[in-house]
Amino acid sequence: MDVLTPTTLVEALRLKAEHPDAWAIQGGTDLMVALNFDRARPERVLNLNEVRELRGFTRQNGSLRLASGLTYAEIEHGELRDELPALAEASRTVGSPQIRNRGTIGGNLGTASPAGDAIPPLAVERAEVECASVRGTRRVPVTDFITGVKRNALEQDELITAVWLSPSRAPQTFMKIGPRNAMVIAVVSLAVAADDELRACFGSAAPRPVLVTAPRDEASSFPERVAEAAAPIDDVRGSERYRRHALRVLTERALKRVLA
Amino acid sequence: MTQAVRQLQVGRVGELVPRVDAPPKVKGEFAYASDLVVPGMLWGHTLRSPWSHARIVSIDISEAVSMPGVHAVLTHDDVPGQKTYGLEFPDQPVLAIDRVLYYGEPVALVAAEHPEQARRAADRIRVEYEPLEPVADMERALDSPDLHPEKPTRGHGYREDDRANVVRHLVIRHGDPDAEGDVSVSGYYEVGSQDQAFLGPESGLAVPDGEGGVDIYVATQWLHVDRAQVAPCLDLPLEQVRIHLAGVGGAFGGREDLSMQIHGALLALHTSRPVKIVYDREESFTGHVHRHPARMWCEHRARRDGKLVNVRFRILLDGGAYASSSTAVASNAASFALGPYESPNALIESTAVYTNNPPCGAMRGFGAVQTCFAAEAQMDRLAAALGIDPVELRLLNALKPGDVLPTGQAITGSMPVAECIRAAAALAPPAPEPLPRDVIRLPGGAGNTTNGDGVRRGVGFAVGFKNIAYSEGFDDYCAARVRLSPDAWAEVHCAAAEVGQGVTGVILQVARTELGIDDVRLAPGQTATVESAGSASASRMTWMAAGAVRDACRAALEEQARRPGEEVDVERIYRHPRTTPLDPETGQITGERAHVAFATCAMKVVTEVDVDLGLTRVVWIGAAQDVGRAVNPQQVEGQIEGGTAQGLGLALMEEIQTRDGLITNASFTDYLIPTALDMPPVESVLIEDPEPDAPYGVKGVGEPPTVVSSAAIASALRDATGRELTRIPVRPDDICL
Repeated sequence: MDVLTPTTLVEALRLKAEHPDAWAIQGGTDLMVALNFDRARPERVLNLNEVRELRGFTRQNGSLRLASGLTYAEIEHGELRDELPALAEASRTVGSPQIRNRGTIGGNLGTASPAGDAIPPLAVERAEVECASVRGTRRVPVTDFITGVKRNALEQDELITAVWLSPSRAPQTFMKIGPRNAMVIAVVSLAVAADDELRACFGSAAPRPVLVTAPRDEASSFPERVAEAAAPIDDVRGSERYRRHALRVLTERALKRVLA
Repeated sequence: MTQAVRQLQVGRVGELVPRVDAPPKVKGEFAYASDLVVPGMLWGHTLRSPWSHARIVSIDISEAVSMPGVHAVLTHDDVPGQKTYGLEFPDQPVLAIDRVLYYGEPVALVAAEHPEQARRAADRIRVEYEPLEPVADMERALDSPDLHPEKPTRGHGYREDDRANVVRHLVIRHGDPDAEGDVSVSGYYEVGSQDQAFLGPESGLAVPDGEGGVDIYVATQWLHVDRAQVAPCLDLPLEQVRIHLAGVGGAFGGREDLSMQIHGALLALHTSRPVKIVYDREESFTGHVHRHPARMWCEHRARRDGKLVNVRFRILLDGGAYASSSTAVASNAASFALGPYESPNALIESTAVYTNNPPCGAMRGFGAVQTCFAAEAQMDRLAAALGIDPVELRLLNALKPGDVLPTGQAITGSMPVAECIRAAAALAPPAPEPLPRDVIRLPGGAGNTTNGDGVRRGVGFAVGFKNIAYSEGFDDYCAARVRLSPDAWAEVHCAAAEVGQGVTGVILQVARTELGIDDVRLAPGQTATVESAGSASASRMTWMAAGAVRDACRAALEEQARRPGEEVDVERIYRHPRTTPLDPETGQITGERAHVAFATCAMKVVTEVDVDLGLTRVVWIGAAQDVGRAVNPQQVEGQIEGGTAQGLGLALMEEIQTRDGLITNASFTDYLIPTALDMPPVESVLIEDPEPDAPYGVKGVGEPPTVVSSAAIASALRDATGRELTRIPVRPDDICL
């Protein structure tokens, strides 16, 4: 296995164009598990840890550009927690402190798991994913970027370089259910935001994220609407019936928080 | 290679002595078996069955042997001696011969320069399987094709039973099993299969000695029983197989059965190179036996005043593919089915069956965990039916010295059940914490699922007990050897396995106490220099090692008195009071006792439950445990907390899930064990009522908290939710759907 370690974004994109089979690695909290469990043996790994442009976040004309290497710990503890409270709450639910120091939002989007904790809060903020290649960059709404279970819209030569959003400043929250009180993969999760409209997006309850919206005055029917929009399954982590029930309860509680 | 000789600074029996291995373990400096390295070593890998039941049509290793870096590929043809082994019954093939009976059963071995090369080569071994219908349900096992028609457990003094797939069927008849009471409560209960989930996976290193023999450095619970199983399969005399204890990262019963010992030795002898084998986490779930899943049908009959009249209990245990220690687990489940209560009449039936599910055997609590969950739920039901306080009902029926167990055994030793109940009941839980709170102190924890909505508080109580040491006539002994110098230092040899429980400290405390000197060292545990210590199991090691070391120290002092100025070296064997088997037809004792002694733990639990989402938080646990005498109070409290955590895991989250015998959650992603946020503070009271038959009056302490905590937590969840909750682990669905 070759490890390619570019130090600039230009170099990273060139290497990805030359080696479209290379697997991008940032924090390694997904890919290293796959390697250690012998579930993946990529020919090449594109190590993005030395690419400075992929660190941190910037502001442009009222928009936020979260670089793909932004970690959960940085979101949880930094100044973003006031602007993106649901994303900060979601970050706190990810793994252990060690994992949160390593794991990144770019990795969460790249893995495209239905349980990805960053995805629902980004979706309710109508975030867009910046995909870059030597051919240029494009932006794809998060809900379109995830195309299925562990599938995304990235082209072979593209890298996830950032997430763009304009903070809505809407009251918002994130909740996640697991069988123990820390360090769990979501049995079901939910982000809800409320301004002129109600927006919700869930995790682990459908193959891909769905943004559920309703006028603000339809709060009473919103929990049912969210539960109906889900397509949960029975698996080792939970039952279809429980997931749908929990979505109703979580939406009711989330509305209590964000409409208070 | 050799472990450093360990030394404590101070400490006699009864004193609080900090553990010497704690700092290196916390700092990551402790050498576990998985850290073993020697120059020139190869890495072994085990090819395992992807089926839970299949016929092996053919095995083709030709491609695998030609892979780069590969030194050996072995199958059952390469096992030079006995082809099967087993802890009690040799019913398990070293490597599968013509069939596989469980998912993950070892089929072939590879040794290569690099572990990756070994795994790659194992992938190229072509095994043609003909899948067969698995026996996946324990209740249907008795009517299914017999997986072991040769009946390996027959002829060992158990009740004759011709039904298919019976490992052991046991009936205990006590008094009049048809006696009626004024009130009767019935229930059906289930317990899922728990994994020991030790953090240090199975690992070891086999080193050929160049003279046909082999040294095996391994994380195990009983060095000498490993040797007794390994040597015949290698076709070697015992002396040519030397087992050395390597750093153990937890055991909990899961290292009683062999894992890599024979496999590593086969590869090492075949290649004439040291061979190391380390299981990964997924492999570990198939690499050891688990706690038996259980189904239990119970009826408790009592007088109007609450006194038990008759208890009827039927237990079914899924032993999985091979016998392991299922015969003893089935018996223990029956022996302790009533809990620590006196009933003049009882009918207890316990059956362990073979299936194609993962093999089950020893795990902390050993059968008593399952029945305690059912029995204590029944006691709560009985209390509700009678309108009696649950604690009062338990006190009314509490066993005491002089009482008779359902097996006919009279309690002759220490049995402070009522004291434990009173002490636990007297512990005052903290007042409910006001809202708002940080979400990590609410059910759902870091998941941020409630600010207090749906949260109800519940208080539960339970009592459990079990035996100390091996039972039913097993010749249970422990050896210790003491080298005493005239220069006031001593070296103790004892093969007691330090599995994290702290027996190392116990041995040193005892030796210092007896010899009256501070400079006492413990030599590395191995089979070559001292006789067997027996297993670090059954809450027996403190008692047994203390007895053996005490006797050896006293003998050394006597010897030194005879030969002043000389170094003396003596070995002594200690035995606890003898037990005898149960009558196969009546389940009654055939001598004075079937069990040596007993230890009780009573527990009060406060939980908070989000009843809308089925999420839980255990807030506080108060425990009062009958410990005989605490050799090291800090370690005793550590055992109570650790044992409680393991029972909490079973109550709330830990279950090996299977589909047609295939494990579907073999990882720490989906098999969850409690975190610091799940485990509450534990307030422990040590009840010191010395055991007359034990050295210093000690009792084992590792198992009672695990036996009772699942039951106590379930009781608290019932109080919070009003639900029956007859199955553990309790799932969110059970609470809110």
